[in-house]
Amino acid sequence: MSERGREAVRPQVPLLHDPRFRGLLTQAVTAVVVLSLLWVAVDNAATNMRARGIPTNFDFWNRVAGFDINQTLIPYSAVSTYGQAFQVGLLNTLLVAGVGIVFATLLGFTLGVMRLSSNWAARSFATVYVETLRNVPLLLQLLFWYNAILSPLPAPRASLAMPSVTLTWPDAASFGLALGAGALAIFATRFARGQTPGSAGALLAPIASALGWIVALIALPFGAAAFWGEPGGGVLHWGGPAGLYLNNRGLLLPNPSFGPGSGWVLAALALAVAASVLYTLQARRRQAATGAQSPVGLVSLALLIGLPLIAFMATGAPVTLDYPVLRGFNFQGGLRVNPEFVALVLGLVLYTASFIAEEVRAGVQSVAKGQSEAAHALGLRASPTLRLVVLPQAMRVILPPLTSQYLNLTKNSSLAVFIGYPELVQVFMGTVLNQTGAAVQVIAVTMAVYLTISLATSGLMALYARRTAWAER
Amino acid sequence: MMKRLLIAASFAACVTTGASAGVLDTIKQKGFLSCGSNTGLAGFGLPDDKGVWTGLDVEFCRAIAAAIFNDPTKVKFIPLTAKDRFTALQSGEVDVLARNGTWTQSREAELGLHFGGVNYYDGQGFMTRKKNNISSALELNGASICVQQGTTTELNMADFFRTNNMKYEGIAFATADEAIKAYDTGRCDAFTTDVSQLYSEKLKLVNPDDTIVLPEVISKEPLAPAVRQGDSQWFNIVRWTHYAMLNAEEMGVTKANVDEKMKSQTPEVRRLLGVEGDFGKGLGLTKDWAYRIVKHVGNYGESFDRNVGENSKLKIKRGQNNLWSKGGLQYAPPVR
Repeated sequence: MSERGREAVRPQVPLLHDPRFRGLLTQAVTAVVVLSLLWVAVDNAATNMRARGIPTNFDFWNRVAGFDINQTLIPYSAVSTYGQAFQVGLLNTLLVAGVGIVFATLLGFTLGVMRLSSNWAARSFATVYVETLRNVPLLLQLLFWYNAILSPLPAPRASLAMPSVTLTWPDAASFGLALGAGALAIFATRFARGQTPGSAGALLAPIASALGWIVALIALPFGAAAFWGEPGGGVLHWGGPAGLYLNNRGLLLPNPSFGPGSGWVLAALALAVAASVLYTLQARRRQAATGAQSPVGLVSLALLIGLPLIAFMATGAPVTLDYPVLRGFNFQGGLRVNPEFVALVLGLVLYTASFIAEEVRAGVQSVAKGQSEAAHALGLRASPTLRLVVLPQAMRVILPPLTSQYLNLTKNSSLAVFIGYPELVQVFMGTVLNQTGAAVQVIAVTMAVYLTISLATSGLMALYARRTAWAER
Repeated sequence: MMKRLLIAASFAACVTTGASAGVLDTIKQKGFLSCGSNTGLAGFGLPDDKGVWTGLDVEFCRAIAAAIFNDPTKVKFIPLTAKDRFTALQSGEVDVLARNGTWTQSREAELGLHFGGVNYYDGQGFMTRKKNNISSALELNGASICVQQGTTTELNMADFFRTNNMKYEGIAFATADEAIKAYDTGRCDAFTTDVSQLYSEKLKLVNPDDTIVLPEVISKEPLAPAVRQGDSQWFNIVRWTHYAMLNAEEMGVTKANVDEKMKSQTPEVRRLLGVEGDFGKGLGLTKDWAYRIVKHVGNYGESFDRNVGENSKLKIKRGQNNLWSKGGLQYAPPVR
């Protein structure tokens, strides 16, 4: 009683001895000291730079760069500006980071689950993988993959080539025939699903429906061609100009060029995406209400391939392919994936996946064993148990370290400078800095970019974490 | 490299206003010269297996050290890649940059640098595999070309292909080593850099004989040591070190006969070696500064032959680097 009374009445103390005031004062003094130190440093640097005739502004940004870059996602040439060179580098960094994060996640989760597998071979493989790749410096791995990719590949003249598939369909009538085949395939799928569970029909159902679709999508154009018998028209044939080449300059693919009317194809694709999303939602509602499952994957696939294909044929094949052709030293035209890009993505993915695997393992192990035992007791098999019971709970533990792995991957992409992939550090902090001499500005911008990318990634992951967080009770 | 840039930034932030103490005083105080050199380029700057640096640029720094300390070993060589060399010089990490750097207008005017005497007149060229069966750089249309980034080479290449309306793919690597390795694995059809460097890099190939240097020289590359602006005395020392070596060659003063030449009656030899007058004083050096250079390092011709010329593995002809009196471009103002 007396204790509480003393607390309620604040004792009269001198301001300097008041802990709250002292706390505020310390913080204010610290802030002033830090800020003034920062100001002195910045001012001193600017003064010194001016004294030595080093530029302190961003005038260089709009000047002509004068050098070329061999992988550009936006139009760029030697007459573009340093600012555009910056954009090219930034986009190349984002490309590598984006592709790398997706594949590292897939591989990392697979390996993490494999480490806990009851299968001895899978478990041992994952353990050896993780322990090896995690403990070898990334730069070494990048150089290794770069040479491992380049060395065995042939020169452009001796390229490995794969024949292409050429598809032309001139006629609206044959288009109708395709629709009929599609309907037949759907009917086949439905029929297969109607079989009693456990019977031979149910076992063969997925195979039968997949086969139905393959027949509908591939065999029918041949039939149509035979029906009309037009040479070269309505034909799907192998072995036109080679479409795929692999050599030590990279992987060359036909580049789609969009003619008039190709907007319809894209619109059909968008429609297909929307339709499959709607179908998925509807299927989920249906399962919640009746427990009946729907063939979501199959229908979505059919929509995503079928609709654009129909639009493509109906509008008279507006999307043509630009084939790579060997001219002189190299292939011209087509789309090229550089070996530097492949080596960089490969190195980053394999390295980062080994860390993600460990985080996934830790996350899965953090879920109480009773959870999976309960799931098994309910009759769930191993795969759905992992997917529906264990992983969603493990995600809470996995997410924070996973975020930092994503950030690491993004930042590690700057090691590309050693294998000649033109990302931000290579282009901007390398060539641009050297040509302009604006070291402080260039480094400040580069740091700001990495900070922005990192904060954005963390923000997105935090958003996801909040959505998947458990409701506290 | 990041570390070096950070050092540069913190240097820029910490060094108190401008060059209050001269570079020469600072060097005398610390007892050695900091020389920015190549990370490894045979003939110009390369440490051997015992860590001893050799090369034309290296000897240039040794000559400066000899002039200041009468001891050519008082040099600390700091290997720099093409992309961080100027930052290192600007920030004061090195006193002089003798690293086969090309003297250009923007580097002098915008980076705040001064380029001293040109110690090698070079030009950019290409090398390619013999089996490509081409004899001119003008046949390189569509080729993939490996290059070291952060050099004038990248820009000259872009200009050359633009001027001749040809296509190419340039793959830029941080170091010449990575670039030449990529060329060797077949990633590139050609490798481009200054011609002198082509000969030296060619030696690193698995089969040097399968590669030829194409005859075209597509640019002017006057390679010269550089210093920061703002200290004229130091700039003079660097520039006149080169001129002293040239004058010595022109007068026939060599490492071997320099002591004998002290007794020479020729006025200009006497002035150069400090027997007559005190020409070192204006540079902040002793009057025998040039004697020290020749005594410890030798004249320009000796240094050239030893590192890149006749007596070296590179066997580059004197050509443009011969004395003006022998049809070359090397010309030194008189000591007077």
